[in-house]
Amino acid sequence: MYTQALNSSDNDDRHVEDAARAAQFQARIDADERIEPNDWMPAAYRKTLTRQISQHAHSEIVGMLPEGNWITRAPTLRRKAALLAKVQDECGHGLYLYAAAETLGSSREELVDAMLAGKAKYSSIFNYPTLTWADIGTIGWLVDGAAIMNQIPLCRCSYGPYARAMIRVCKEESFHQRQGFEIMLTLCRGTEDQKAMAQNALDRWWWPVLMMFGPPDQVSQHSDTSTKWKIKRFSNDELRQKFVDATVPQAQFLGLTIPDLGMKQNANGNWEYSPIDWEEFKQVLAGNGPCNRERLAARRKAHDDGAWVREAAMAYAEKRKSRQMAQAAE
Amino acid sequence: MAVASIKVSETPLVLYTLRRADDALILGHRLSEWCGHAPMLEEDMALANMGLDLLGQARELYTYAAKVEGKDNDEDKFAYLRDVVQYRNLLLLEQPNGDFARTMVRQFFYAAFADLYWRAMMKSKDTTLAAVAAKSEKESAYHIRHSSEWIVRLGDGTEESHARTQSAIDDLWAYTGEMFAVDDSERGLIDAGIAIDPATLHPQWLKTVTSVVNEATLALPKNNWMQQGGRSGRHSEHLGHLLSELQSLQRSFPGATW
Amino acid sequence: MATPNIPLWEVFIRSRNGLAHKHVGSLHATDATLALQAARDIYTRRGEGLSIWVVPSNAITASDPTEKGMMFEPAESKIYRHPTFYDVPEEVGHM
Ligand SMILES: [Fe+2]
Ligand SMILES: [Fe+2]
Ligand SMILES: [Fe+2]
Repeated sequence: MYTQALNSSDNDDRHVEDAARAAQFQARIDADERIEPNDWMPAAYRKTLTRQISQHAHSEIVGMLPEGNWITRAPTLRRKAALLAKVQDECGHGLYLYAAAETLGSSREELVDAMLAGKAKYSSIFNYPTLTWADIGTIGWLVDGAAIMNQIPLCRCSYGPYARAMIRVCKEESFHQRQGFEIMLTLCRGTEDQKAMAQNALDRWWWPVLMMFGPPDQVSQHSDTSTKWKIKRFSNDELRQKFVDATVPQAQFLGLTIPDLGMKQNANGNWEYSPIDWEEFKQVLAGNGPCNRERLAARRKAHDDGAWVREAAMAYAEKRKSRQMAQAAE
Repeated sequence: MAVASIKVSETPLVLYTLRRADDALILGHRLSEWCGHAPMLEEDMALANMGLDLLGQARELYTYAAKVEGKDNDEDKFAYLRDVVQYRNLLLLEQPNGDFARTMVRQFFYAAFADLYWRAMMKSKDTTLAAVAAKSEKESAYHIRHSSEWIVRLGDGTEESHARTQSAIDDLWAYTGEMFAVDDSERGLIDAGIAIDPATLHPQWLKTVTSVVNEATLALPKNNWMQQGGRSGRHSEHLGHLLSELQSLQRSFPGATW
Repeated sequence: MATPNIPLWEVFIRSRNGLAHKHVGSLHATDATLALQAARDIYTRRGEGLSIWVVPSNAITASDPTEKGMMFEPAESKIYRHPTFYDVPEEVGHM
């Protein structure tokens, strides 16, 4: 997920590619072949994927922060272990995805530097604060739920390393949404205070979660090439609708009210939601969300505070190598 | 409206089990504070793994303590509804994470002990404790491997990493003695073959620690004055802050299940 | 200042079912010991493996995808290497 909304189009540098190879490449894609790292690919395909995969990776890593905010305050030991394991999984996802992006020729360090410099995007959703324990339930239930909806089709994406990373990610994701829903269910069956906490969290997260799927199809710029290249298999609006339809009955089961009173089910059984405030989305992407600054600052601090550790390990590896060489020379 | 602390009947076996459970919880909690902030993603994964090992140990031990005590306490009541002076963990383990060197030194000092301790405890006459020991021994064996590899790299890495690691050793050294201390309550369990005498592990521990510290071109302090108190609830100021965070929800919502 | 690159490693895991080591992913580590530890911490969290190999990524020599025709197509016509090429009457039973 996390990325669809963010890409801008790169159609332009495709013209410099030689047409025959491009046609061959497209034929492979059309035949549902997987593209592998050393295969020839159009520069724009490489660029689009590098950006999409690295943005996805950044999202997983920045996404550790809002939930990490509650690891030390998880209300039972069982919840604490589950949450720590869950956030750790997200770290793993970031790691797998950086590795997939690296196969396209940029190093993880380069990609991370771009993110820390504010030059790369990550999902808008992680710029919202986690205020109560119910936010942790809501994130698992809705944010991971939305992510899964988007990530499952990516398991069949045309780029082999990305598709393989997504298969691994999706396997691990399977407990994330369930643990979130279980938290919500416990709150909704709990005291009045707990139920209010759950409703309050849903009220705050609902619209930002719908925004996760990216701008509406009429204005989404990059969909065409991504679809042609089989990086993207469903449109933003299709996925958003699928998500809403899946979520409404879950909210009803919990006894929670989705904060969209105008919502109604149409003849096809789809839930029609009210217009989304795309101005808010734009502002969050532009760096003006409630937590953009904190999130970047936290990642920069971890990176800067860790610099001496990485340097020490490199220095030690160098020393060990030269010691071994000296020994061999004796 | 705050939820009050529980009362615990600290019979020797309950106290013994709570001490080890508290060790595991507090260190596990400290490690979990790193999540999302480690020097590299690979280490974020590793720290979380160690934290999860320890949380698992804590849960088993608390559950056993509850069973032995036979009141209506459980793992969460022990963890969330005891105040600072009721906690029984080692002072070493509640010390703040500090930088990565400090976290690794704390981990290393403790894991080097825990590995020996749990290995010896596998022969406990108490079958539950022996089973916990068998599982914990494997986990701490990995913790000592991981932390000692880092001690060596940090000590023998750059000037900065050397200085940071040495200062962590100097600061944390005084908390290591407590691992080997025994009080009357525990003496009885040792005599009964339920617990083992940690003092017997000290020479081997010192040997392991010395050899890693030497390889890392670091030095152990000459000062052998050791701090005590964690086992009887006399903690450092740090634990109260840790607990106020850990316990905040349980303390502020009476009658809630989570 | 650009962050210095830490070497990349490829991770291979042999799972419980006795199959050969299989590529599972990559990681960054400054040396082989840390790479092995990291591989354990990243790729075996759900009991996936009983044995790990880590290999520096730059130690791998890969075939050239543009030589696919020369490299792999010649094998396709050698159907006599497959058991189904030969006719054995059904009465003979499984062979
Ligand atoms: Fe994830
Ligand atoms: Fe997730
Ligand atoms: Fe994700």
